[in-house]
Amino acid sequence: MTFRQIAVPTLAIVIFLALWEALVWVMGWPNYKMASPSDLLPAYERYWSLFLTMGWQTLWRTVVGLLIAVVFGTALGMVMGFSRTMRDALYPLLVGFNAVPKATVVPIVALMFVGMHDFNTVLIAFMISFFPIAVSVSIGLSTLEPEYRDILRSLGASQSTIFWKIALPKTLPEFFGALKVAVTLAFIGTNLMEIVSPHGRGLGALFDSGKTNSDYPLMFAVLIALAFLGIVLYYVVVALEKIFAGWAERPQG
Amino acid sequence: MTNLIEIKGVRHAYKTANGPLPVLDGLELSVPEGGFVAVVGPSGCGKSTLTKLVAGLLKPDEGEVWLHGEKVKSPRSTVGMAFQNPVMLEWRSILKNVMLPLEIVPTKLGRKEQEERARYLLALVGLEGFEDKRPSELSGGMRQRASLCRALVHSPEVLILDEPFGALDAFTREDLWQIMHQVKEKEPFTGVLITHDLRESIYLADQVVVLSGRPARTQFTLDTGISGARDIEHLYTPQAAEMLATLRHQIEIAQGRAPAEAPA
Repeated sequence: MTFRQIAVPTLAIVIFLALWEALVWVMGWPNYKMASPSDLLPAYERYWSLFLTMGWQTLWRTVVGLLIAVVFGTALGMVMGFSRTMRDALYPLLVGFNAVPKATVVPIVALMFVGMHDFNTVLIAFMISFFPIAVSVSIGLSTLEPEYRDILRSLGASQSTIFWKIALPKTLPEFFGALKVAVTLAFIGTNLMEIVSPHGRGLGALFDSGKTNSDYPLMFAVLIALAFLGIVLYYVVVALEKIFAGWAERPQG
Repeated sequence: MTNLIEIKGVRHAYKTANGPLPVLDGLELSVPEGGFVAVVGPSGCGKSTLTKLVAGLLKPDEGEVWLHGEKVKSPRSTVGMAFQNPVMLEWRSILKNVMLPLEIVPTKLGRKEQEERARYLLALVGLEGFEDKRPSELSGGMRQRASLCRALVHSPEVLILDEPFGALDAFTREDLWQIMHQVKEKEPFTGVLITHDLRESIYLADQVVVLSGRPARTQFTLDTGISGARDIEHLYTPQAAEMLATLRHQIEIAQGRAPAEAPA
């Protein structure tokens, strides 16, 4: 990390906040129409312990949902990547499942597993985020050039050796691309559950209580906290990508 | 003298939506131990299918493929392959790419000897100093040389080259031709080269086999009269010009553009 890599995005964020503040000030909006960054600080100051506990609840449930999505999505992607029949069979189902708005699934899940809030939230985070992973893994595997297979197959290597030595590492760049999408989706899933079916946990619940108490700066403060968590998770994925698929990045020059 | 590779009356068809597509029909080919055969023929005539049969990746519908007195039924570790696409694994260094077959094929070499062997081969093709580079840091010709090392690292009896120089520019290609001869002197193998380049075929091979159009059979065999290394000047002799003209004519027959001579 160079100074430049930190300074440039930081500066961009500062400019964004300044523009936001200026917009609210110039338009003369009251904070129930649009809170300004300077309204947020008191909200954080007042509720910081709530932000910490609820932020943590949102974070761990998102991460667990995402991890399950990674395992399930990869397994599904492998099945569809290796078998044409399975691909033909599962694609329409999968696309249909993905097309159902998850906001409509939330009340169903909340009724099915009444009272199991953590489970429900993780489930929605998982359901919303496994699709891009499954698709990218299946495409990565099914588009593996036959020569890559042949180079090992001609030596008598087994299917699983070919998978571990070639297919899997070769799919990693696509996988991480999908994971970057999935991490944001999982986050949306968690908050969907927390807001649509409130159960007093997570930043979504904090947002909801801001709404019922007409505490508009709190609602905006929650949005910014969510954005912050989203950025953190995203860059964790970027760091993992650097470690495991850094080879895919071309040296700049 | 027994032949190391023996292909007898091979027929093969691919299953397609419009019924079977015959690609090989009545293919005969034999290569003596240490020999080097080039296979030329019109595009799409089944040359790559031929390499898959020799490698044991495909089973012929009819006929037999023999390697070293054994009928080929499945892939075997005594074969090395290099393709037009050098298929380098981008997440491995050049050295680790070359060592890949040793991770699959049972070998008596210890870890250190494996690495020494890979380094030795890389030096042989002029890639000394590039062992730790990533494939993307090398030029196309260099990647192809590394791919050749990988095909040879487990000391295969048979080296199958499927248009390995097809995507290279003319000068790089001539470089690699010479490197092929140098490598074959140090690391003897029996070679099958698939190519579209007639000059390449007579410069590298002892024998050039012309396949007919699809479904391919052995149409013509030309003996280059030389085996082993030869000077690039060899390509500019009257004999070479004559061989090229003969092959050219045979390809035209295979393409159906010239009438086949009436049998004498």
